[in-house]
Amino acid sequence: MTALLVVEQCLNGLQLGVMLFLMAAGLTLVFGIMNLVNLAHGSLYMVGAYLATAVYNWSGSFVLGVVFALPATLAIGMLVEVIALRRLYERDHLDQVLATFGLILFFNEAVAIVWGRTALFTRVPAALAGHVRVLPGVGYPTYRAVIILVGLGVALLLYLLVSRTRLGMLIRAGASNRTMVAALGVNIRLLYTLVFGFGAALAALGGLMAGPIYNVQPGMGEEILIQVLVVIVIGGIGSIRGALVGALVVGMVDTLGRAFLKPLLSTALGPVAAQSAGPALASMLIYLLMAAVLFFRPQGLFPAARS
Amino acid sequence: MPSRARPVVLGVGFLGLALVPVLAAVLNEPFYLDLFRRIMIFAIAAVSLDLILGFGGMVSFGHAAYLGVGAYAVAVPAFYGIESGLVQWPLAMLASAAAAFVIGAVSLRTSGMSFIMITLAFAQMFYYLGISINAWGGDDGMRLAHRSRLPALDLGNATVFYYLVLAILIVLLWLGHRLVHARFGTVLRAARSNEPRMRAIGFSTLRYKLVAFVLAGAVCGLAGALLTNQTDYLTPSYMHWTRSGEIMVMVILGGMGTLFGPVLGAAAYLLLEDTLSAWTVHWQIVLGPLLVLVVLYARRGLYGLLAGARDG
Repeated sequence: MTALLVVEQCLNGLQLGVMLFLMAAGLTLVFGIMNLVNLAHGSLYMVGAYLATAVYNWSGSFVLGVVFALPATLAIGMLVEVIALRRLYERDHLDQVLATFGLILFFNEAVAIVWGRTALFTRVPAALAGHVRVLPGVGYPTYRAVIILVGLGVALLLYLLVSRTRLGMLIRAGASNRTMVAALGVNIRLLYTLVFGFGAALAALGGLMAGPIYNVQPGMGEEILIQVLVVIVIGGIGSIRGALVGALVVGMVDTLGRAFLKPLLSTALGPVAAQSAGPALASMLIYLLMAAVLFFRPQGLFPAARS
Repeated sequence: MPSRARPVVLGVGFLGLALVPVLAAVLNEPFYLDLFRRIMIFAIAAVSLDLILGFGGMVSFGHAAYLGVGAYAVAVPAFYGIESGLVQWPLAMLASAAAAFVIGAVSLRTSGMSFIMITLAFAQMFYYLGISINAWGGDDGMRLAHRSRLPALDLGNATVFYYLVLAILIVLLWLGHRLVHARFGTVLRAARSNEPRMRAIGFSTLRYKLVAFVLAGAVCGLAGALLTNQTDYLTPSYMHWTRSGEIMVMVILGGMGTLFGPVLGAAAYLLLEDTLSAWTVHWQIVLGPLLVLVVLYARRGLYGLLAGARDG
C-alpha cells in the first residue's frame, strides 16, 4: 500500500515537474537571450488556460480548445513583446520587474472582466478520463500520464530545436553575442519576438493542460510563476538543461514534501507537532532548497555559458 | 525646477499632512484621516526600502516580509495579553532586524537577478510560515483586540494615532537625511556605483550593505507594527509577494534614491488606488498599464518632476 502511494506521488511529482518545465523553458530562454526578467510569464500561462477552457466549455471539444489557445497566446505574447517589453531589454532588472508587474495586474484584471473572479470549471476530456496501468496493479489517471508524456516530448523537441536546427543555432548565437549576430545580418528583433511568442505558447500549453486539474482563476499564473522562478534559479538562469533538472527537482520535492513530510514528522516529533509543522515545512521546502542552492552555488546547478 | 524650490515643496507637503485631521474634521470625513495615516505608514515602509534599493542598489523583492514580521510582533504578544506598545514596537523592530540579518547574510552573497529572486523566496517562506501557523490565525489572520497601549497616548483616538505616525515619519526622514549624508551613506552610495573600486580602496562593502539591509528591515518592521494597529487586524497577506511589489512601485513612482520620493510615491499610489477603485472595481486594469508607462517614460519619478534635483 505504501509502495503504491510512493509510486503515485512520484508520478505526481513528475507531472508537476514537466508542467514547471513548460513554464521555465520559455522564461529561461527569454532571460538567457533577451536578458529580460518577465514576471508576466505566469499571465501568459493563465491566458492560455482561460482561452482553452472557454473554447472547450463552449464547443465541447478539448482539441478545439488546444488548437485555438496555442496560436492565440502566441499572438498575444508577440503583441506584448512588440508593444511594451521590447523597450525594456536594455533597461536594468528593476525596471523589468516593475513593468512586468504592471502587466500582471493588467492581465489578471482583464480575465476577471471577461470571465469573472470565480474559478472556471472544466472536466478532463472523456477520451482521457480513465486510468492507465503503470505497474502491475498500479493505476494512474490517464490525463496526468498524458501530461507527463507531452511534457517530456516537448523537452525532447526543444532540445532538438535548439541544438540541431538553424533557428536553434541563431537562438544560441543570440544568447552569446547579440551584437555579432545582428552584424552578420540576422534580424535580431524579429528573432526576439519569435522566441518570446514561442515561450508564450509553451506557457499556454502548460496552462491549458492545467485547466482540467487545477482551478482556472485570476492569479493562477502567479502561484506557478513563483515556483518557476525557483526552478530557473536552482537550474541556473538561462539554461534549458538547468530548467529541466530544476523543474523535476522542484516538482518532486514539493509533491513528496506535501505528501510525506507530515507522516514522517509525526513519527519523529509526535502527531501534535507534526500537525502544524508538517504543512508549514512542506510549503517552505522548495524555498529552503533554493536558498541552499544559491548559498553554495550562486550561479545555479547548470549555469548557462555566456560570454 | 531649481533646488531652491525644494524646501517650499517639502514645507507645503508636511503642512498639508499636518492639516489633514483638521480638514477631515471640518468636512466630517473621518475616512481621509484613515487614508492619509495609511499613506504615511506605507511611506515609512517605502522609505526603508529606498535606503537599500535607491541608495544601496540592492533590489530586494521581499520587503513585505518585514512588514509581516512587525505585524506579528504586535498581534502575537497582544494575543497572549501583552498589549504594551513599549514591548510590542521594539520587539517588532528587533524581530524584523533579526530576520533581515539572516536574509541579508545569505542573499548578499548573490547579486542581480539571483538577489531579486532569493529575497522573494525568503519572503515567500515567511508568508507560508504565517499561513500555516493555525494557533495565530493561519490563513485568515486574527483580529487585534486592542491597539498597542502607549503611555499618555491613546491610539484608539484616530487623531492622536495620526499625529504619532506623522511624527515617526518626520523623525525617520530626519534620521535618514543624516544617515545618507554621513560617511555611512556615502560609502553605501559609492558601493552602488562601483563596488570593486570601493573594495579595492579597502572598504568591506558587504558589511555596509548588510547594516543598511538590517536597518531597512527594522524600520519596515515598525511600519508593520503601525499597520496592524491601523487595520486592527493581522493577516499573512501583509507578506504576500504582490505587497513587496507594491512597496517597490511606491519607491519607483516617487523617485528612488531620494528620501522624500518614496513618501510622494506612497501617497500617489494609494490615492490612485482609492480614486480608481471608487470609479471601477477593475481599477487594476488602469493601474497596470500606467505602471508600464511610468517605467518606460518617467524614470525619475514624481519627486524628480517636482523638485528637480536628487537630494541623495
